[in-house]
Amino acid sequence: MINRAKSVNRRTWLSSPYIVWVIGFTVIPLGVIFKYALTSRESGFSLENIVAIFEPIHLKAMVFSLEIAIGCTLICILLSYPLVLALRYLGMGRQGFTMFILILPMWMNFILRILAWQMILSNNGILNFLLTKLGLDALPLANTGTAIMIGVVYDYLPYMVLPIFNAVAEIDEDIMEAARDLGANGFTVFRKIIFPLSIPGLLSGIVMVFVPSMTSFVISDILGGGKLQLIGNIIEQEFTKSSNWNLGSGLSVSLMIFVLISMAFTTKNDVEGKGSAIW
Amino acid sequence: MVEKLKGFLSRFYIGLIILFLYAPILVLVMLSFNNSRSRVTWGGFTLQWYGKLFSNGQIMEALVTTLVLATASALIATVIGVLGALGIHAMRQKNYQIMMICTNIPLLNADIVTGIALMLWFVHFIPLGFGSVLLAHITFNIPYVILSVMPKIRQMNVSLYEAARDLGANAVYAFFKVILPQLASGIVAGFFMAFTMSMDDFVITYFTKGAGVNTLSTMIYGEIRKGIKPEMYALSTMIFVFVFVVLLAANYWPAKKAELQKPVSYES
Repeated sequence: MINRAKSVNRRTWLSSPYIVWVIGFTVIPLGVIFKYALTSRESGFSLENIVAIFEPIHLKAMVFSLEIAIGCTLICILLSYPLVLALRYLGMGRQGFTMFILILPMWMNFILRILAWQMILSNNGILNFLLTKLGLDALPLANTGTAIMIGVVYDYLPYMVLPIFNAVAEIDEDIMEAARDLGANGFTVFRKIIFPLSIPGLLSGIVMVFVPSMTSFVISDILGGGKLQLIGNIIEQEFTKSSNWNLGSGLSVSLMIFVLISMAFTTKNDVEGKGSAIW
Repeated sequence: MVEKLKGFLSRFYIGLIILFLYAPILVLVMLSFNNSRSRVTWGGFTLQWYGKLFSNGQIMEALVTTLVLATASALIATVIGVLGALGIHAMRQKNYQIMMICTNIPLLNADIVTGIALMLWFVHFIPLGFGSVLLAHITFNIPYVILSVMPKIRQMNVSLYEAARDLGANAVYAFFKVILPQLASGIVAGFFMAFTMSMDDFVITYFTKGAGVNTLSTMIYGEIRKGIKPEMYALSTMIFVFVFVVLLAANYWPAKKAELQKPVSYES
């Protein structure tokens, strides 16, 4: 017993390279960004860059980002459940096929895929060409919030489907069989069995979709035509165009705090962190 | 009747989602065969972009950078990550939790914040370039390795390792002969996960790269305003088809094997 405890203890040394790495490239960089955020260019300590999030132009971008993120998360959830249920219904419960169709698109560069959406959605693009061929009205989607929404849903949908799919795939068919035998209809089976058992997957899906959809700047850049700005666009411009690193850092820190608080609410019940592993 | 309708609706819905996921890819593949530099007009079928691709030095250089970066960062992240996971697993509850929180930080944090934080730190001690991008990629890759190896470590049978030691194997020999084989599937999954994430990354590379270095992603981003070179569509199509074939092979060969083994795994 003593021997075992000792060997377990010695094993912790294996993680020393990782601990050094975490300190050097995760903890210290966060410290550095806080340092920039909490100082102003001229004088020393200042909260002005953190408070800057409440300036109208930043606040507007923040609210728009939030709308996009909440909308994207909800749409992804609404698209994922029918897909997961349909896959299960057709007996494609085995991982292979689903993983395959969801992961494969990621191997086409994502900026190119978003550019392809720009071509599909533009005013004389593929979608409107097809719509007018069918005798319908063309949709003016180019450079609108809807186009950005389509882009983020497109890009992050797999991150919602996979964890929900994994959670639902683990549900024993016998439990659902039993519920049906006892008179539950399809909707009751979903409400009482499938949905509750899928919640860990749903929570990690929300985390994986909400944060990136709120903070992306490439999708809004391409599909919003540079006019509709998410908070990510504003931060990016502080670094690349205005070179006000302090303000950029301040906005990043505000964003990070906001994201961490909202995620803490989502994952409150997910203490073990098992939800974070979608694979 | 109802069953038939359900089956039809299921297939129809899956079809719609597949159409949604693959429509832009179809557009890009078509563009790679388009005999016109314009994105909006169809100038007939051509293979010229595939030919010109290999003599385009810039694209080839970006491709090599991307591949070297993905391979090196995934390999280093796998080594550090596997050792890290083994060590963390052996820690006391409190330290274990602290380390797992640190592991989750790069995953939960927005890419843009991670990229900026690393850039602000890097400028203090190294010039931004390939080296800084490599460090950044290793940083965001390690968590994927740890998260895919950790479940395997939890299932690992420690007695086997102890038995090997009792029978005279030294620690290193026992590690390679007993521990690693038990973790193999998790390690491989972690490596490929890391490789994919590195290949696909844009935001963190964009902030940490400095001038001069380009991966495929940052190169494409730089070309958005001027227009994407058609050779890029050709290259992307080739990568896509290559991965498609590899994934198809990887998915369907082991699947058959797994089916043969299924009854055994159900009983255990």
